[in-house]
Amino acid sequence: MSSLEKRLAAEKRFKFYGMFAMTLSLFFVLILMYKIFSTGSGAFVRTTINADVYFDPNFIEVSSNSSKKEIMKASYVDLADQVINQNHPGLDEENFIKVREMYTRKFDYQLRDYIANNPNVIGKTVNLDISASSDLDQIVKGNYPRNVPEAQRKINDYQLSILDSLDSKGKMSKTFNFWFFTNGDSRDPETAGILGALMGSFYALLICFSFAFPIGLLASVYLEEFVKPGKITDIIEVNINNLAAVPSIVYGLLGLGMLIGVFGMPYQVPLVGGLVLGFMTLPTIIIASRASLRGVPPSIREGALAVGATKMQTVFHHVIPLSLPGTLTGTIIGMAQALGETAPLLLVGMVAFVMEIPGGAFDPATGLPSQIYLWSESAERGFLEKTSAGIMLLLSFLIIMNTVAVLVRRKLEVKW
Amino acid sequence: MLYLSLVFVFILSYSFYFYGKKRALSLKFKKNENLSSLPDYYGYYVVLLVFFPAIIIWFFLLIFKSNFQEMFVMSPVLFPDVATWSSGKFGLIMNKISNLSIIVNLSEIDLTVGDKSILKMASESEIIAAKNLANFDKIYGWSNLTLFIILPVLLGFMATKSISGKLNAQPIVEKIISYVIKGSSYIAIFITFGIFFSLVFEAINFFRYVNFMDFFFNTAWNPNRAFVINASEGFDQEALKEAFGFVPLLTGTLLIASVAMLVAVPLGLLTAIYLAEYASSKVRDIAKPIIEILAGIPTVVYGFFAALSLAPFIKDVGEGVGLPVSAESALAAGLAMGVMIIPFVSSLSDDVIKAVPQSLREGSYAIGATKSETIKKVILPAALAGIMGSFLLAISRAIGETMIVVMAASLRANLTFNPLEPATTITTQIVTSLIGDVEFDNPKTLVAFALGLTLFVMTLILNIAAITIVKKYREKYE
Repeated sequence: MSSLEKRLAAEKRFKFYGMFAMTLSLFFVLILMYKIFSTGSGAFVRTTINADVYFDPNFIEVSSNSSKKEIMKASYVDLADQVINQNHPGLDEENFIKVREMYTRKFDYQLRDYIANNPNVIGKTVNLDISASSDLDQIVKGNYPRNVPEAQRKINDYQLSILDSLDSKGKMSKTFNFWFFTNGDSRDPETAGILGALMGSFYALLICFSFAFPIGLLASVYLEEFVKPGKITDIIEVNINNLAAVPSIVYGLLGLGMLIGVFGMPYQVPLVGGLVLGFMTLPTIIIASRASLRGVPPSIREGALAVGATKMQTVFHHVIPLSLPGTLTGTIIGMAQALGETAPLLLVGMVAFVMEIPGGAFDPATGLPSQIYLWSESAERGFLEKTSAGIMLLLSFLIIMNTVAVLVRRKLEVKW
Repeated sequence: MLYLSLVFVFILSYSFYFYGKKRALSLKFKKNENLSSLPDYYGYYVVLLVFFPAIIIWFFLLIFKSNFQEMFVMSPVLFPDVATWSSGKFGLIMNKISNLSIIVNLSEIDLTVGDKSILKMASESEIIAAKNLANFDKIYGWSNLTLFIILPVLLGFMATKSISGKLNAQPIVEKIISYVIKGSSYIAIFITFGIFFSLVFEAINFFRYVNFMDFFFNTAWNPNRAFVINASEGFDQEALKEAFGFVPLLTGTLLIASVAMLVAVPLGLLTAIYLAEYASSKVRDIAKPIIEILAGIPTVVYGFFAALSLAPFIKDVGEGVGLPVSAESALAAGLAMGVMIIPFVSSLSDDVIKAVPQSLREGSYAIGATKSETIKKVILPAALAGIMGSFLLAISRAIGETMIVVMAASLRANLTFNPLEPATTITTQIVTSLIGDVEFDNPKTLVAFALGLTLFVMTLILNIAAITIVKKYREKYE
């Protein structure tokens, strides 16, 4: 081979390496998305068992005249057992337990909620779809293999035979799992929902925004418009650049050591989580806002000053409104980053098991990413698909926020 | 109540704007006084005098709420020996009382069996304190609300009263706003100080328990060995010496970061070269945003992916070849982290490569070099400093990354350079030592701050080095 041919072959090889590297990077995006979507889609569907429920007054402590509070407080465990006995007649004690395990542990709560909404149902028979237990759900969805020895299965042979007979009678069905969107966290995968974490993240982002946006905007206005370059601005400038590169976990330590340790703010609440996220987002907003202020041409300022506006009027009436699209874009992107941050939330305690849906920034809560982390640490198979579904939700929020940012830039940005 | 008072402050400030403006206008038209500023500025003047004092007090009351709570509940009348309690005991009792306060006022039918037994076990003074605490929120809320109706109204009327034709509101308003703007930009500095002091302060507390040299040069990390022997002797000094050795954490961090860099550097750099030099603009417009998606995905997602799919896959492959691979191998965490870092390397290198002047390329082509020769012999050497800067930023990112290693790396420290073995990192240990009970008088908790300080200093040095290199490089071609 001549030297020229060698060189051209080397050229081809090099180009191929580049293409290969790029394709591989693209491939990683695809495989990540595929994996998340294929494991997560199951969480939006729930297996239910159709049963005739006779609301037997003998097994219900309350009557249809009872107040809602009494209804909510009473126990319905006996009623749930009675319903199972009616739908599966002739069970001995051992088999009864096996059948009970096929229904959700929260069976009695489901009955309670039904009675609370329809108090007149007591004494009548209603046809209801009862949620199956998570293990049964996983068998029906095919996530647990059926053809392995009984000892390796969570669902035993007897339960499988019951399942098949229910299935042949057409009593098994799948419904949309709205619980995933309306419930807080739970120990049982079939009733666990994301709403609590979603609200926690919402309050945290609200605090984050109300801290970081005004301060970031004003700080960038000061640095760009009011101060002459000098030592202090240099210090602030270096500071902001460094803050933008500090690992997020260090901000978590700041929240724990300063806000909780020194100021005595409460643990586990979105207030502290939001402030820490605000500290983190501040440099992003300042950098974006400064770039946007720099983009406003000097002629605007000179025009305003020439007709007698003061410096303050120039900036607040003309420069800031014109730079706002860029600032808003930077803010939305910063908030999207903050929404995905997990480590600071772990350190300020927003990673506990919280069943209630938080009603404000002072209630204990988890965040969306920390809820994903919590579920991913759980051993049960049912939580695996919840984790992936949580990730799908988180990613769709990020996509929405980034799209809004792009749209804001396209629609509102002024081209000079 | 706190929210309600905040809403009040906003509503009152807003209405006082119109009130101040109206007063200024009536001065002008009814009393024929000459105004020194535009009427709007009198409105702003009143708003600022109402809003800022009120909002500062509001924040103060919000932040120190728990301090007021403690002062109110832990009175020496109820607990005569409260002054002698340690902070741990104080917190414990306070916790107990706040749990009691939820159930203490419930009626009989709402109490569960557990609640009743808790009530039975509590002492007389604790019950009273709990009732006080239950009342506290109400009292605090109402007094807050009253304060935030009275205070702004009072301030507002005083400010409005002081409006006259001679008062030049505009410079005053502008002065106040300029202070606010200046203050906002100093907050960035305060945050840095806050980070530094909260880390240093707690790290010093940690080094009271553990010798400085022991921490940085010991090779064993077993924080569970740090236990209290008994109340009088405190911690087992011998065990403390052995418990906190930083070296295995450092090696683990560097091991995982190097695996990540081994993935990200070739892939990122080659991608950047391809996109900058070879790809048509169509390919570039599609591929670049897709690759940058990798940077926008939250790290908890990578962690989940690494723990769920990557680690078992690597273990299976390793066992297929006959290599013993741990389920929590450094390789899995490192690979996932590498994928995360690809866009950092590629987009920064891309910028740097594009900044190399076109004349250098053309000179090289003119003497007959092929494209790849030009890239290898001319462009890369010219862009080397900038590319190095992007590598340093990527390393700093890898060292500070938390969720991937928390979910996919091991919790047990292991002094090894074999990527198939489990390894732990600085960030993983910070998280593990702070999840659960946080006690600020225990070296097991405090060590997180010493680790955080070390991490902060490491990333700071890397960032400053990277920024300086990139800046120098940019100046070269400008």
